[in-house]
Amino acid sequence: MDSVVAELAVRIGPVALRNPLLLASGIWGESGASLAGAWQAGAGGVITKSIGERPRPGYPNPTVESYGDWGMLNAMGLPNPGMDEYPREIAVARDAGATVIGSVFGGDAAEFARLGKRMAATGVVALELNLSCPHAEGYGTEVGSEPADVEEIVRAVTREVRIPVIAKITPNSPDPAALAAAAEKGGAAAVSAINTVRALAIDVTLRRPVLAHGLGGLSGPAIKPVGLACVWQIFERVSIPVIGVGGISTADDAVEYLMAGARALEIGTAVTQGGISVFGRLATELSERLDALGFRSVDRVVGIAHETRR
Amino acid sequence: MRSVVPVTERVLETPSTVTLRFDFAPRADPGQFVMIWFPGDDELPMSLSYTEGTRKGVTIKAMGTTSQNVQNLAVGSPVGIRGPYGNRFDLAARRVLVVGGGSGSAVLAPAAELAAARGARLTVALGATHADELLFRERFDQMGARVEVATDDGSDGTKGFVTLVAERLLDSEEFDAVWTCGPEVMMEKVARAAGPRGVPVYCSVERHMKCALGMCDACALGPLHVCVDGPVFPAERLLPLEEFGRSHRDPSGRRVPFGAR
Repeated sequence: MDSVVAELAVRIGPVALRNPLLLASGIWGESGASLAGAWQAGAGGVITKSIGERPRPGYPNPTVESYGDWGMLNAMGLPNPGMDEYPREIAVARDAGATVIGSVFGGDAAEFARLGKRMAATGVVALELNLSCPHAEGYGTEVGSEPADVEEIVRAVTREVRIPVIAKITPNSPDPAALAAAAEKGGAAAVSAINTVRALAIDVTLRRPVLAHGLGGLSGPAIKPVGLACVWQIFERVSIPVIGVGGISTADDAVEYLMAGARALEIGTAVTQGGISVFGRLATELSERLDALGFRSVDRVVGIAHETRR
Repeated sequence: MRSVVPVTERVLETPSTVTLRFDFAPRADPGQFVMIWFPGDDELPMSLSYTEGTRKGVTIKAMGTTSQNVQNLAVGSPVGIRGPYGNRFDLAARRVLVVGGGSGSAVLAPAAELAAARGARLTVALGATHADELLFRERFDQMGARVEVATDDGSDGTKGFVTLVAERLLDSEEFDAVWTCGPEVMMEKVARAAGPRGVPVYCSVERHMKCALGMCDACALGPLHVCVDGPVFPAERLLPLEEFGRSHRDPSGRRVPFGAR
Protein backbone atom coordinates (compact mmCIF):
# COMPACT_ATOMS: atom_id res chain seq x y z
CA MET A 1 0.00 0.00 0.00
CA ASP A 2 1.32 3.47 -0.86
CA SER A 3 2.06 5.66 2.13
CA VAL A 4 -0.05 8.79 2.25
CA VAL A 5 1.94 11.72 1.02
CA ALA A 6 0.75 15.27 0.89
CA GLU A 7 -1.19 16.46 -2.14
CA LEU A 8 0.85 18.86 -4.25
CA ALA A 9 -1.73 20.10 -6.76
CA VAL A 10 -2.54 23.80 -6.41
CA ARG A 11 -4.54 26.44 -8.27
CA ILE A 12 -3.44 29.95 -9.06
CA GLY A 13 -6.75 31.57 -9.89
CA PRO A 14 -8.25 29.39 -12.61
CA VAL A 15 -4.91 27.77 -13.49
CA ALA A 16 -4.47 24.24 -12.16
CA LEU A 17 -0.89 23.15 -11.50
CA ARG A 18 0.08 19.55 -10.84
CA ASN A 19 2.54 20.78 -8.23
CA PRO A 20 3.60 24.22 -6.97
CA LEU A 21 7.13 24.12 -8.44
CA LEU A 22 7.36 26.34 -11.51
CA LEU A 23 10.41 26.82 -13.72
CA ALA A 24 11.38 30.47 -13.18
CA SER A 25 11.66 32.84 -16.13
CA GLY A 26 15.18 33.13 -17.51
CA ILE A 27 16.16 29.55 -16.77
CA TRP A 28 16.12 27.05 -19.64
CA GLY A 29 13.39 29.02 -21.33
CA GLU A 30 14.87 30.08 -24.65
CA SER A 31 14.03 26.90 -26.53
CA GLY A 32 10.85 24.87 -26.65
CA ALA A 33 12.84 21.66 -26.18
CA SER A 34 14.21 22.98 -22.89
CA LEU A 35 10.78 24.07 -21.66
CA ALA A 36 9.53 20.59 -22.53
CA GLY A 37 12.53 19.07 -20.76
CA ALA A 38 11.78 20.97 -17.56
CA TRP A 39 8.15 19.82 -17.74
CA GLN A 40 9.25 16.23 -18.29
CA ALA A 41 11.62 16.54 -15.33
CA GLY A 42 8.61 17.25 -13.12
CA ALA A 43 8.05 21.01 -13.00
CA GLY A 44 4.45 21.94 -12.15
CA GLY A 45 4.57 24.52 -14.91
CA VAL A 46 7.17 26.35 -16.95
CA ILE A 47 7.60 30.08 -17.33
CA THR A 48 9.17 31.24 -20.58
CA LYS A 49 12.09 33.55 -21.04
CA SER A 50 10.92 37.20 -20.94
CA ILE A 51 10.02 38.05 -24.50
CA GLY A 52 10.08 41.53 -26.05
CA GLU A 53 8.89 42.91 -29.35
CA ARG A 54 12.27 42.74 -31.09
CA PRO A 55 15.07 40.17 -30.85
CA ARG A 56 17.68 41.19 -28.28
CA PRO A 57 21.19 39.69 -28.12
CA GLY A 58 21.51 40.80 -24.52
CA TYR A 59 24.69 42.22 -23.00
CA PRO A 60 28.19 41.01 -23.92
CA ASN A 61 29.81 38.44 -21.66
CA PRO A 62 30.69 38.18 -18.82
CA THR A 63 27.01 37.88 -18.01
CA VAL A 64 27.30 35.71 -14.91
CA GLU A 65 29.41 35.46 -11.78
CA SER A 66 28.88 32.44 -9.57
CA TYR A 67 29.16 32.48 -5.79
CA GLY A 68 29.14 28.70 -5.56
CA ASP A 69 26.48 27.34 -3.25
CA TRP A 70 25.08 30.62 -2.10
CA GLY A 71 24.14 32.35 -5.27
CA MET A 72 24.74 33.87 -8.63
CA LEU A 73 24.97 37.34 -10.10
CA ASN A 74 23.72 37.86 -13.63
CA ALA A 75 23.33 40.68 -16.12
CA MET A 76 22.06 38.94 -19.20
CA GLY A 77 20.24 41.97 -20.56
CA LEU A 78 17.00 40.18 -21.48
CA PRO A 79 18.31 38.22 -24.48
CA ASN A 80 15.35 36.78 -26.38
CA PRO A 81 14.45 35.94 -29.97
CA GLY A 82 11.52 38.40 -30.05
CA MET A 83 7.80 37.84 -30.23
CA ASP A 84 7.81 37.02 -33.96
CA GLU A 85 10.03 33.95 -33.52
CA TYR A 86 9.17 32.75 -30.04
CA PRO A 87 5.71 31.21 -30.63
CA ARG A 88 7.34 28.25 -32.41
CA GLU A 89 9.22 27.43 -29.18
CA ILE A 90 6.02 27.64 -27.14
CA ALA A 91 4.36 25.27 -29.61
CA VAL A 92 7.09 22.68 -28.99
CA ALA A 93 6.56 22.95 -25.24
CA ARG A 94 2.78 22.73 -25.51
CA ASP A 95 3.05 19.74 -27.84
CA ALA A 96 4.96 18.01 -25.03
CA GLY A 97 1.98 18.65 -22.76
CA ALA A 98 3.60 21.40 -20.71
CA THR A 99 1.63 23.98 -18.72
CA VAL A 100 3.28 27.13 -20.06
CA ILE A 101 3.18 30.61 -18.55
CA GLY A 102 4.38 33.34 -20.92
CA SER A 103 6.70 36.05 -19.60
CA VAL A 104 6.84 39.40 -21.36
CA PHE A 105 8.60 42.70 -20.81
CA GLY A 106 8.28 46.15 -22.24
CA GLY A 107 9.43 49.72 -21.70
CA ASP A 108 5.94 51.12 -21.10
CA ALA A 109 2.32 50.08 -20.58
CA ALA A 110 1.47 50.13 -24.29
CA GLU A 111 4.34 47.80 -25.13
CA PHE A 112 3.38 45.41 -22.33
CA ALA A 113 -0.19 45.39 -23.62
CA ARG A 114 0.82 44.61 -27.21
CA LEU A 115 3.14 41.83 -26.08
CA GLY A 116 0.66 40.43 -23.60
CA LYS A 117 -1.95 40.14 -26.31
CA ARG A 118 0.43 38.34 -28.68
CA MET A 119 1.72 36.06 -25.94
CA ALA A 120 -1.82 35.13 -24.89
CA ALA A 121 -2.56 34.15 -28.49
CA THR A 122 0.12 31.42 -28.34
CA GLY A 123 -2.00 29.39 -25.94
CA VAL A 124 -0.10 29.98 -22.70
CA VAL A 125 -2.28 29.52 -19.60
CA ALA A 126 -1.20 32.79 -17.96
CA LEU A 127 1.11 35.75 -18.39
CA GLU A 128 3.90 36.82 -16.05
CA LEU A 129 4.91 40.46 -16.44
CA ASN A 130 8.64 41.10 -15.95
CA LEU A 131 8.53 44.47 -14.24
CA SER A 132 12.29 44.54 -13.57
CA CYS A 133 13.22 45.51 -17.10
CA PRO A 134 14.51 49.02 -17.73
CA HIS A 135 11.95 51.78 -17.95
CA ALA A 136 11.75 53.31 -21.43
CA GLU A 137 11.90 56.81 -19.95
CA GLY A 138 13.88 56.49 -16.72
CA TYR A 139 17.43 55.44 -17.54
CA GLY A 140 18.36 52.40 -15.50
CA THR A 141 15.18 52.39 -13.38
CA GLU A 142 13.11 49.26 -13.28
CA VAL A 143 9.81 49.79 -15.07
CA GLY A 144 7.87 48.39 -12.11
CA SER A 145 9.46 50.36 -9.29
CA GLU A 146 6.55 52.79 -8.82
CA PRO A 147 3.03 51.65 -7.79
CA ALA A 148 1.34 53.98 -10.26
CA ASP A 149 3.34 52.50 -13.15
CA VAL A 150 2.65 48.94 -12.02
CA GLU A 151 -1.09 49.61 -11.85
CA GLU A 152 -1.06 51.24 -15.28
CA ILE A 153 0.88 48.39 -16.89
CA VAL A 154 -1.24 45.65 -15.35
CA ARG A 155 -4.45 47.44 -16.26
CA ALA A 156 -3.30 47.89 -19.87
CA VAL A 157 -2.50 44.19 -20.17
CA THR A 158 -5.63 42.85 -18.46
CA ARG A 159 -7.68 44.92 -20.92
CA GLU A 160 -6.15 42.94 -23.80
CA VAL A 161 -6.24 39.34 -22.52
CA ARG A 162 -8.60 36.90 -20.89
CA ILE A 163 -5.99 34.69 -19.24
CA PRO A 164 -4.67 35.41 -15.72
CA VAL A 165 -1.98 38.07 -15.46
CA ILE A 166 0.76 37.61 -12.86
CA ALA A 167 2.88 40.63 -11.93
CA LYS A 168 6.47 39.81 -10.93
CA ILE A 169 7.50 42.18 -8.17
CA THR A 170 10.97 43.67 -7.84
CA PRO A 171 12.71 43.67 -4.45
CA ASN A 172 14.66 46.78 -5.41
CA SER A 173 12.16 49.28 -4.08
CA PRO A 174 11.31 50.43 -0.57
CA ASP A 175 7.77 48.97 -0.54
CA PRO A 176 7.21 45.75 -2.48
CA ALA A 177 3.81 45.30 -0.82
CA ALA A 178 2.66 48.62 -2.32
CA LEU A 179 3.76 47.41 -5.75
CA ALA A 180 1.79 44.20 -5.25
CA ALA A 181 -1.28 46.12 -4.10
CA ALA A 182 -1.01 48.28 -7.21
CA ALA A 183 -0.88 45.15 -9.38
CA GLU A 184 -3.97 43.81 -7.64
CA LYS A 185 -5.73 47.13 -8.22
CA GLY A 186 -4.80 46.92 -11.91
CA GLY A 187 -6.47 43.52 -12.16
CA ALA A 188 -3.61 41.07 -11.63
CA ALA A 189 -4.74 37.53 -10.86
CA ALA A 190 -1.59 36.92 -8.81
CA VAL A 191 1.82 38.36 -8.02
CA SER A 192 5.19 36.62 -7.97
CA ALA A 193 7.95 37.84 -5.67
CA ILE A 194 10.82 38.36 -5.97
CA ASN A 195 12.85 39.10 -9.07
CA THR A 196 16.63 39.40 -8.64
CA VAL A 197 18.25 41.72 -6.09
CA ARG A 198 20.37 44.55 -7.54
CA ALA A 199 24.01 43.64 -6.91
CA LEU A 200 27.58 44.08 -8.11
CA ALA A 201 30.94 42.31 -8.25
CA ILE A 202 34.31 43.99 -8.84
CA ASP A 203 37.55 42.32 -9.88
CA VAL A 204 40.23 43.95 -7.79
CA THR A 205 43.17 43.02 -10.05
CA LEU A 206 41.46 44.54 -13.06
CA ARG A 207 39.84 47.35 -11.07
CA ARG A 208 36.59 46.92 -12.94
CA PRO A 209 33.17 45.29 -12.52
CA VAL A 210 33.16 41.63 -13.41
CA LEU A 211 29.97 41.71 -15.47
CA ALA A 212 30.14 43.53 -18.79
CA HIS A 213 27.05 45.53 -17.89
CA GLY A 214 28.31 46.33 -14.41
CA LEU A 215 25.26 46.07 -12.15
CA GLY A 216 23.41 42.79 -12.15
CA GLY A 217 20.83 40.78 -10.25
CA LEU A 218 21.61 38.41 -7.40
CA SER A 219 19.74 35.13 -7.17
CA GLY A 220 20.02 31.90 -5.26
CA PRO A 221 20.10 30.98 -1.56
CA ALA A 222 21.62 34.34 -0.52
CA ILE A 223 18.39 36.13 -1.42
CA LYS A 224 15.96 33.71 0.21
CA PRO A 225 15.56 35.83 3.36
CA VAL A 226 14.83 38.87 1.18
CA GLY A 227 12.28 36.95 -0.87
CA LEU A 228 10.61 35.62 2.25
CA ALA A 229 10.28 39.11 3.71
CA CYS A 230 8.67 40.40 0.53
CA VAL A 231 6.23 37.47 0.33
CA TRP A 232 5.39 38.00 4.00
CA GLN A 233 4.61 41.69 3.53
CA ILE A 234 2.74 41.13 0.27
CA PHE A 235 0.59 38.37 1.76
CA GLU A 236 -0.56 40.76 4.47
CA ARG A 237 -1.46 43.40 1.90
CA VAL A 238 -3.23 41.64 -1.02
CA SER A 239 -5.99 39.05 -1.43
CA ILE A 240 -4.72 37.54 -4.66
CA PRO A 241 -2.38 34.51 -4.62
CA VAL A 242 1.35 35.08 -4.16
CA ILE A 243 3.97 33.01 -5.95
CA GLY A 244 7.21 32.85 -3.99
CA VAL A 245 10.59 32.92 -5.71
CA GLY A 246 14.15 33.49 -4.58
CA GLY A 247 16.71 30.94 -3.45
CA ILE A 248 14.54 27.84 -3.18
CA SER A 249 16.57 24.66 -3.44
CA THR A 250 15.32 22.41 -0.63
CA ALA A 251 11.94 21.22 0.58
CA ASP A 252 12.32 23.32 3.73
CA ASP A 253 12.99 26.41 1.61
CA ALA A 254 9.73 25.70 -0.22
CA VAL A 255 7.80 25.22 3.02
CA GLU A 256 9.19 28.50 4.39
CA TYR A 257 7.80 30.33 1.37
CA LEU A 258 4.45 28.56 1.65
CA MET A 259 4.20 29.44 5.33
CA ALA A 260 5.11 33.05 4.52
CA GLY A 261 2.12 33.21 2.19
CA ALA A 262 3.08 31.70 -1.13
CA ARG A 263 0.64 29.41 -2.90
CA ALA A 264 3.11 28.37 -5.60
CA LEU A 265 6.86 28.66 -6.07
CA GLU A 266 9.43 29.32 -8.78
CA ILE A 267 12.78 27.58 -9.01
CA GLY A 268 15.65 29.10 -10.98
CA THR A 269 19.23 29.18 -9.75
CA ALA A 270 18.88 25.74 -8.12
CA VAL A 271 18.86 24.25 -11.63
CA THR A 272 22.47 25.38 -11.98
CA GLN A 273 23.44 23.52 -8.81
CA GLY A 274 21.60 20.26 -9.18
CA GLY A 275 20.44 20.14 -12.78
CA ILE A 276 16.86 19.96 -14.05
CA SER A 277 16.20 16.86 -11.94
CA VAL A 278 15.80 19.27 -9.03
CA PHE A 279 12.09 19.44 -9.92
CA GLY A 280 11.39 15.75 -9.52
CA ARG A 281 13.53 15.53 -6.41
CA LEU A 282 12.00 18.60 -4.79
CA ALA A 283 8.43 17.50 -5.53
CA THR A 284 9.02 14.19 -3.79
CA GLU A 285 10.82 15.79 -0.86
CA LEU A 286 8.19 18.51 -0.48
CA SER A 287 5.37 15.99 -0.38
CA GLU A 288 7.20 13.93 2.24
CA ARG A 289 8.14 16.98 4.28
CA LEU A 290 4.60 18.31 4.37
CA ASP A 291 3.44 14.86 5.41
CA ALA A 292 6.02 14.75 8.20
CA LEU A 293 4.94 18.22 9.37
CA GLY A 294 1.31 17.10 9.50
CA PHE A 295 -0.07 18.78 6.39
CA ARG A 296 -2.26 16.88 3.94
CA SER A 297 -1.90 19.37 1.10
CA VAL A 298 -0.08 22.52 0.04
CA ASP A 299 -3.23 24.61 0.57
CA ARG A 300 -3.17 23.95 4.31
CA VAL A 301 0.25 25.53 4.66
CA VAL A 302 -0.24 28.80 2.81
CA GLY A 303 0.35 31.75 5.12
CA ILE A 304 0.16 29.66 8.27
CA ALA A 305 3.11 31.46 9.87
CA HIS A 306 0.99 34.62 9.99
CA GLU A 307 -1.59 32.87 12.15
CA THR A 308 0.88 31.45 14.64
CA ARG A 309 2.62 34.77 15.29
CA ARG A 310 1.99 36.07 18.76
CA MET B 1 35.11 32.38 -9.52
CA ARG B 2 37.51 33.49 -12.20
CA SER B 3 41.28 33.41 -12.20
CA VAL B 4 42.67 36.59 -13.71
CA VAL B 5 46.11 35.70 -15.07
CA PRO B 6 48.58 37.13 -17.59
CA VAL B 7 49.06 35.67 -21.04
CA THR B 8 52.48 34.02 -20.81
CA GLU B 9 53.00 33.20 -24.47
CA ARG B 10 51.43 33.97 -27.82
CA VAL B 11 52.12 31.74 -30.83
CA LEU B 12 50.93 32.52 -34.33
CA GLU B 13 49.87 29.06 -35.54
CA THR B 14 48.46 30.07 -38.94
CA PRO B 15 47.78 33.48 -40.51
CA SER B 16 44.33 33.42 -38.89
CA THR B 17 44.95 31.50 -35.67
CA VAL B 18 46.82 32.24 -32.47
CA THR B 19 47.55 30.19 -29.35
CA LEU B 20 47.53 31.93 -26.00
CA ARG B 21 49.16 30.20 -23.01
CA PHE B 22 48.43 31.07 -19.37
CA ASP B 23 48.89 29.52 -15.94
CA PHE B 24 45.75 27.81 -14.73
CA ALA B 25 46.21 25.00 -12.23
CA PRO B 26 42.87 23.13 -12.12
CA ARG B 27 43.00 19.75 -13.81
CA ALA B 28 41.53 19.63 -17.30
CA ASP B 29 40.94 16.79 -19.74
CA PRO B 30 40.95 16.99 -23.53
CA GLY B 31 37.53 18.00 -24.74
CA GLN B 32 36.88 20.39 -21.89
CA PHE B 33 36.58 24.13 -22.33
CA VAL B 34 37.02 27.32 -20.38
CA MET B 35 35.24 30.65 -20.57
CA ILE B 36 38.01 33.12 -21.32
CA TRP B 37 37.37 36.77 -20.50
CA PHE B 38 39.18 39.47 -22.44
CA PRO B 39 38.48 42.42 -20.13
CA GLY B 40 36.72 45.25 -21.86
CA ASP B 41 35.90 43.03 -24.82
CA ASP B 42 34.01 39.76 -24.33
CA GLU B 43 34.11 36.35 -22.67
CA LEU B 44 34.15 33.38 -25.04
CA PRO B 45 33.97 29.61 -24.68
CA MET B 46 37.21 28.04 -25.87
CA SER B 47 38.17 24.38 -25.79
CA LEU B 48 41.60 23.92 -24.27
CA SER B 49 44.22 23.20 -26.93
CA TYR B 50 46.75 22.49 -24.16
CA THR B 51 45.38 20.64 -21.15
CA GLU B 52 48.38 19.19 -19.36
CA GLY B 53 50.11 20.77 -16.39
CA THR B 54 49.63 24.30 -15.16
CA ARG B 55 50.49 26.01 -18.42
CA LYS B 56 47.20 25.62 -20.26
CA GLY B 57 46.34 27.07 -23.65
CA VAL B 58 43.60 27.99 -26.08
CA THR B 59 43.89 28.40 -29.83
CA ILE B 60 41.69 31.07 -31.32
CA LYS B 61 40.72 31.60 -34.94
CA ALA B 62 39.92 35.12 -36.09
CA MET B 63 36.17 35.12 -36.73
CA GLY B 64 34.19 37.87 -34.97
CA THR B 65 35.40 41.12 -33.48
CA THR B 66 36.82 39.74 -30.24
CA SER B 67 38.63 36.79 -31.77
CA GLN B 68 40.13 39.16 -34.33
CA ASN B 69 41.23 41.56 -31.59
CA VAL B 70 42.99 38.84 -29.63
CA GLN B 71 45.17 37.77 -32.53
CA ASN B 72 47.46 40.61 -31.46
CA LEU B 73 46.96 40.34 -27.71
CA ALA B 74 50.22 41.28 -25.99
CA VAL B 75 52.03 38.82 -23.75
CA GLY B 76 51.40 39.96 -20.18
CA SER B 77 47.81 41.06 -20.91
CA PRO B 78 45.36 39.85 -18.27
CA VAL B 79 42.72 37.29 -19.15
CA GLY B 80 40.00 35.87 -16.89
CA ILE B 81 39.61 32.10 -16.93
CA ARG B 82 36.68 30.14 -15.47
CA GLY B 83 36.23 26.43 -15.76
CA PRO B 84 37.15 23.91 -16.93
CA TYR B 85 33.68 22.98 -18.01
CA GLY B 86 32.09 20.23 -20.01
CA ASN B 87 32.99 16.64 -20.71
CA ARG B 88 36.00 14.88 -22.25
CA PHE B 89 37.03 12.52 -25.01
CA ASP B 90 37.19 8.88 -23.99
CA LEU B 91 40.89 8.11 -24.36
CA ALA B 92 40.45 4.34 -24.16
CA ALA B 93 40.24 3.96 -27.96
CA ARG B 94 43.27 2.15 -29.49
CA ARG B 95 42.84 2.99 -33.19
CA VAL B 96 41.51 6.47 -33.71
CA LEU B 97 40.66 8.42 -36.83
CA VAL B 98 40.94 12.13 -36.04
CA VAL B 99 39.13 14.41 -38.50
CA GLY B 100 39.82 18.11 -38.09
CA GLY B 101 38.53 20.98 -40.15
CA GLY B 102 39.48 24.62 -39.84
CA SER B 103 40.21 25.39 -36.19
CA GLY B 104 38.79 22.04 -35.03
CA SER B 105 42.32 20.65 -34.62
CA ALA B 106 42.67 22.87 -31.57
CA VAL B 107 40.21 20.63 -29.73
CA LEU B 108 41.50 17.35 -31.15
CA ALA B 109 45.26 17.82 -30.74
CA PRO B 110 45.44 17.47 -26.93
CA ALA B 111 43.20 14.38 -27.05
CA ALA B 112 45.30 12.83 -29.80
CA GLU B 113 48.52 13.63 -27.92
CA LEU B 114 47.38 11.86 -24.75
CA ALA B 115 46.00 8.89 -26.68
CA ALA B 116 49.27 8.55 -28.59
CA ALA B 117 51.22 8.68 -25.32
CA ARG B 118 49.13 5.74 -24.13
CA GLY B 119 49.96 3.76 -27.25
CA ALA B 120 46.96 4.44 -29.49
CA ARG B 121 47.45 4.31 -33.25
CA LEU B 122 46.38 7.62 -34.73
CA THR B 123 45.39 8.54 -38.23
CA VAL B 124 44.65 12.20 -38.81
CA ALA B 125 42.65 13.75 -41.65
CA LEU B 126 43.22 17.50 -41.61
CA GLY B 127 41.40 19.99 -43.76
CA ALA B 128 41.65 23.72 -44.38
CA THR B 129 40.99 26.32 -47.04
CA HIS B 130 44.71 26.62 -47.85
CA ALA B 131 48.00 24.88 -46.97
CA ASP B 132 49.11 27.48 -44.44
CA GLU B 133 45.82 27.13 -42.52
CA LEU B 134 46.38 23.43 -41.69
CA LEU B 135 46.35 23.87 -37.93
CA PHE B 136 48.73 21.81 -35.75
CA ARG B 137 50.00 19.74 -38.68
CA GLU B 138 53.49 19.52 -37.18
CA ARG B 139 52.05 18.75 -33.75
CA PHE B 140 50.17 15.76 -35.17
CA ASP B 141 53.33 14.65 -37.06
CA GLN B 142 55.30 14.79 -33.80
CA MET B 143 52.81 12.50 -32.08
CA GLY B 144 53.68 9.81 -34.60
CA ALA B 145 50.29 10.04 -36.27
CA ARG B 146 49.77 9.29 -39.94
CA VAL B 147 48.56 12.63 -41.33
CA GLU B 148 46.64 13.14 -44.56
CA VAL B 149 45.59 16.62 -45.60
CA ALA B 150 43.01 18.21 -47.82
CA THR B 151 42.80 21.83 -48.92
CA ASP B 152 39.93 23.59 -50.67
CA ASP B 153 42.32 25.14 -53.19
CA GLY B 154 44.59 22.12 -53.66
CA SER B 155 47.65 23.94 -52.29
CA ASP B 156 48.48 20.78 -50.36
CA GLY B 157 47.21 17.23 -50.28
CA THR B 158 43.87 16.29 -51.77
CA LYS B 159 41.97 19.10 -53.43
CA GLY B 160 38.57 19.16 -51.77
CA PHE B 161 36.93 18.63 -48.41
CA VAL B 162 38.51 16.63 -45.63
CA THR B 163 35.38 14.46 -45.51
CA LEU B 164 36.52 12.80 -48.75
CA VAL B 165 39.86 11.92 -47.15
CA ALA B 166 38.07 10.66 -44.04
CA GLU B 167 35.80 8.37 -46.06
CA ARG B 168 38.76 6.94 -47.95
CA LEU B 169 40.57 6.25 -44.66
CA LEU B 170 37.47 4.65 -43.15
CA ASP B 171 37.39 2.27 -46.10
CA SER B 172 41.08 1.38 -45.96
CA GLU B 173 41.74 1.02 -42.20
CA GLU B 174 40.09 -0.36 -39.07
CA PHE B 175 39.20 2.16 -36.36
CA ASP B 176 37.68 1.92 -32.86
CA ALA B 177 36.57 5.51 -32.87
CA VAL B 178 36.42 8.71 -34.88
CA TRP B 179 37.02 12.02 -33.15
CA THR B 180 35.98 15.05 -35.11
CA CYS B 181 35.81 18.81 -34.71
CA GLY B 182 35.29 21.57 -37.21
CA PRO B 183 32.41 23.15 -39.12
CA GLU B 184 29.25 21.40 -38.06
CA VAL B 185 28.23 20.60 -41.62
CA MET B 186 31.54 18.72 -41.93
CA MET B 187 31.03 16.84 -38.65
CA GLU B 188 27.58 15.71 -39.73
CA LYS B 189 29.00 14.33 -42.98
CA VAL B 190 31.75 12.49 -41.08
CA ALA B 191 29.20 11.06 -38.66
CA ARG B 192 26.95 9.86 -41.48
CA ALA B 193 29.94 8.32 -43.29
CA ALA B 194 31.29 6.42 -40.29
CA GLY B 195 27.95 5.21 -38.92
CA PRO B 196 27.17 2.66 -41.64
CA ARG B 197 30.77 1.43 -41.37
CA GLY B 198 30.11 0.65 -37.69
CA VAL B 199 32.63 3.06 -36.17
CA PRO B 200 31.46 5.26 -33.28
CA VAL B 201 31.96 8.97 -33.90
CA TYR B 202 32.47 11.65 -31.25
CA CYS B 203 31.90 15.28 -32.22
CA SER B 204 33.02 18.34 -30.30
CA VAL B 205 30.23 20.82 -30.86
CA GLU B 206 30.19 24.55 -30.30
CA ARG B 207 27.38 26.97 -29.62
CA HIS B 208 27.07 30.54 -28.42
CA MET B 209 27.40 30.58 -24.63
CA LYS B 210 26.61 33.01 -21.87
CA CYS B 211 26.49 31.27 -18.48
CA ALA B 212 28.26 27.97 -19.36
CA LEU B 213 26.55 26.60 -16.22
CA GLY B 214 23.49 24.94 -17.72
CA MET B 215 21.10 27.75 -16.84
CA CYS B 216 20.54 30.28 -19.60
CA ASP B 217 19.73 28.05 -22.61
CA ALA B 218 22.00 30.01 -24.99
CA CYS B 219 23.78 26.78 -25.96
CA ALA B 220 20.62 24.67 -26.28
CA LEU B 221 20.89 22.05 -29.05
CA GLY B 222 17.62 20.17 -29.16
CA PRO B 223 17.14 18.83 -25.62
CA LEU B 224 20.87 19.08 -24.91
CA HIS B 225 22.99 21.85 -23.40
CA VAL B 226 26.45 21.95 -24.95
CA CYS B 227 28.01 23.44 -21.80
CA VAL B 228 26.99 20.67 -19.39
CA ASP B 229 25.98 17.72 -21.58
CA GLY B 230 28.89 18.26 -24.01
CA PRO B 231 30.78 19.65 -25.78
CA VAL B 232 31.80 16.12 -26.81
CA PHE B 233 28.82 14.06 -27.98
CA PRO B 234 28.50 10.64 -29.57
CA ALA B 235 27.08 11.12 -33.05
CA GLU B 236 24.04 8.96 -32.30
CA ARG B 237 22.84 11.64 -29.86
CA LEU B 238 23.31 14.38 -32.44
CA LEU B 239 22.16 12.90 -35.74
CA PRO B 240 18.46 12.66 -34.75
CA LEU B 241 18.40 16.35 -33.85
CA GLU B 242 16.84 18.70 -36.37
CA GLU B 243 19.36 21.44 -35.61
CA PHE B 244 22.58 19.40 -35.78
CA GLY B 245 24.50 20.33 -38.90
CA ARG B 246 21.67 22.61 -39.98
CA SER B 247 21.18 25.48 -37.59
CA HIS B 248 22.43 27.10 -34.41
CA ARG B 249 21.19 30.01 -32.34
CA ASP B 250 22.44 33.58 -32.36
CA PRO B 251 22.94 35.55 -29.12
CA SER B 252 19.24 36.46 -29.07
CA GLY B 253 18.22 32.82 -29.35
CA ARG B 254 16.94 33.05 -32.90
CA ARG B 255 17.67 29.99 -35.03
CA VAL B 256 20.18 30.72 -37.78
CA PRO B 257 20.98 28.21 -40.53
CA PHE B 258 24.67 27.33 -40.86
CA GLY B 259 26.15 29.27 -43.73
CA ALA B 260 23.57 32.06 -43.50
CA ARG B 261 24.86 35.62 -43.46
